[in-house]
Amino acid sequence: MTLRGSAAIVGIGAAGMGEARGWSAIEIMAMSAQAALADAGLTIADVDGLFVTSAFHALPTISAAEYLGIRPDFFNGSAVGGASFEMHVLSAAMALRAGLCNVALIAYGSNQRTLGGKLMTTLEPQVNEGVYRPRQPISAYALAAARHMHVYGTTREQLAEVAVAARRWAMLNPDAFARGPLTIEEVLSARMISDPLSRYDCCLVTDGGGALVMVRAERAKDFPRPAVYMLGAAGAHWHRQIAEMPDMTVTAATQSGPRAFEMAGLTPAQIDVVELYDAFTINTILFLEDLGFCAKGEGGAFVSAGAIAPGGRLPVNTNGGGLSCVHPGMYGIFLIIEAVEQLRGMAGERQIAGARTALAHGNGGTLSCQATCIFGTADTL
Amino acid sequence: MTVQADLTGQGPEAFYREELRAGRFMIQRGVSSGRCVFYPRHAAPGTGEALEWVEASGMGTVYSTTVVRQRPEAGGDYNIAVVELAEGPRTMSQVVDMAPQNVRIGMKVRARIDERDGQPILVFVADEEAGR
Repeated sequence: MTLRGSAAIVGIGAAGMGEARGWSAIEIMAMSAQAALADAGLTIADVDGLFVTSAFHALPTISAAEYLGIRPDFFNGSAVGGASFEMHVLSAAMALRAGLCNVALIAYGSNQRTLGGKLMTTLEPQVNEGVYRPRQPISAYALAAARHMHVYGTTREQLAEVAVAARRWAMLNPDAFARGPLTIEEVLSARMISDPLSRYDCCLVTDGGGALVMVRAERAKDFPRPAVYMLGAAGAHWHRQIAEMPDMTVTAATQSGPRAFEMAGLTPAQIDVVELYDAFTINTILFLEDLGFCAKGEGGAFVSAGAIAPGGRLPVNTNGGGLSCVHPGMYGIFLIIEAVEQLRGMAGERQIAGARTALAHGNGGTLSCQATCIFGTADTL
Repeated sequence: MTVQADLTGQGPEAFYREELRAGRFMIQRGVSSGRCVFYPRHAAPGTGEALEWVEASGMGTVYSTTVVRQRPEAGGDYNIAVVELAEGPRTMSQVVDMAPQNVRIGMKVRARIDERDGQPILVFVADEEAGR
């Protein structure tokens, strides 16, 4: 029994991407859910499976279910940071396949930007980290970037290529928050936050919410929009504290990626659109390597000369990513929303012509949890 | 019978801090494998092997480093490093007594126990004898 193609996303929605002054986190979540259900031609009364993770709610599915007025038959609020939503896709597919629920709603909402302008987190200081006052999560990614530069000769210019490519995609996306022009020079000369990461190597701090509706594949054709099928999914995590990462240049995506590809029966070369959790510029380089789009150590060269920007060799982070589109604390759900938009062929100016397969890779903690989802159109089944 | 694990004495974290306060940097070692473990655990991660305490050599190598930028009035820039101990495990720490941006990956460092906010804190300084 495989989960490949057993469930599909039939509704997507988002709300408050950027600034949503005057709206609370749960309101943004609910508006997103409403939009996703309307997109699927459903209502809240149809939902019997609920998947929510949030830094705003210690008991996220309970808070969301009460607010929405759902008495779910199955629910999962498992928290692995920004990668939670890729894991929710896998959990929802399992629950749907097992008949534990029939309509799964995955939802997220955050008003971290207008609330305080800082990353909203419930993450506790780590026993052997907090005393040194690293600026987490930035310093952890900075340590990984410094190590990658040391071992593989990756340069700040190559990191900057990631930021500039994301911005060029964002300039094609009316929903993106940061759409002004950005040059390599501007990234390099920007204020340093935690060396070697400057301001533009770091993701946005925005508000925003997103939601997905999933159903079993056998009824997925009965919805208004083209269904997008889960072909493969897997997660992995190896460390919580960055000093415990076995090799700071190799993430657990080397475990999640191959398992997701195996379930999907695909190889990296067969992926048309790639959405990677770019909380920091080093992420994109690490995940391109670890997911097999290029060899270990070659990520910097791979992204050079606009290769992942519009018109480049591989479309990566086509919505503008966490760097330039939206990053409300947990970005994971937006990776999936963009993958679905691309596979529906409804991504407007940034549409990748004829896209049939898409990969959405989530990251949580400090390069801790890695979760890979592979999606396809109906003709990939 | 009881199903409870025996928790007499104190946990490894409390013991570690007590030793640090007394001026000793202790790490743990697998009783049969000899593989060292840090931070303090109740048993070896991944195997469950029993651990014994040994004093660390204090020698290490900078595995990675960053400078947290901070306004001078807030205290100025400071170093955050991941140090690989000579015994094998890594730890987050700070390399102090030098400009934070001059800390380099591969640099030999040695441990020092400072006091900060009334608590002992394990930091590292450049190991002059090993050179940089």
